[in-house]
Amino acid sequence: MTAPLRLFVRRRETTVPDAETRRVEIAVRVPTDLDVVEETVDLVARHCLASGVPPRAARFVVRVVLCEALANAIVYGNQLDPGKRVDVRVEVADDQLQLRVEDEGEGFDPGRVPDPTEPHRIECPEGRGLFLIRQLVDEVHFNDRGNSICMIMRRA
Amino acid sequence: MSFTVRKDEAKGVVVIGVDGQLIVGNRHELKKKVVDAMEAGELRFVVDFADTGYIDSSGLGVLVSLSKKIREAGGDLRLAGLNEDLRTLFELTKLDTLFTIMGSAEEAVAAF
Repeated sequence: MTAPLRLFVRRRETTVPDAETRRVEIAVRVPTDLDVVEETVDLVARHCLASGVPPRAARFVVRVVLCEALANAIVYGNQLDPGKRVDVRVEVADDQLQLRVEDEGEGFDPGRVPDPTEPHRIECPEGRGLFLIRQLVDEVHFNDRGNSICMIMRRA
Repeated sequence: MSFTVRKDEAKGVVVIGVDGQLIVGNRHELKKKVVDAMEAGELRFVVDFADTGYIDSSGLGVLVSLSKKIREAGGDLRLAGLNEDLRTLFELTKLDTLFTIMGSAEEAVAAF
């Protein structure tokens, strides 16, 4: 039997004394299985809420973008290989929230993903994940290999 | 998360409620409910999102493909009950131009 996902969660809270800023780090190692996406998203969103992320961001934006990034990592990155894992790392700071999702795949070129809102693509059933991420967060970065996405939401 | 299915007999409209979220893990369940109803002769559908927290791109994708399938069969799929966040997803992806979106399931049924 697979161990519950919560056993793969690490949470660390640090405070920078001089600046009086607080930072919470959450890390989850996720199996390559689409059935755990919902549980992972829920787990991370609840940790974000408990760490001071505003309710609307934790309830909606974090859930949508993490769901997209996880599904991409599992399906396109790890190619549904159960021998591979996805690492989710979250940093909640006073000024921003950073979500990083890394798979064990070969990576891809995010510049080659087409715009799903073009008229001839509007009825395509796929291809909106990365577009939604880019629309909902303030910054999106990839590593050079293209197997790690970093999504940043700034606090107003 | 689950789906509730009911039929408005007077209008002949199948109303499917999405309780929780419509995402990569449960989209096939929604597709099966609609396809099963179509095989039973149903052509008018309303998907009610009044109790839905979030939808991912897979969920949007299944709505797009079901809508196309139903239109090709001579029917229609309409959406209802979207809160502000969910409506934003449809606006960002321009899918608000593809679907008829009504305030409530009752309005969507009545408009058929």
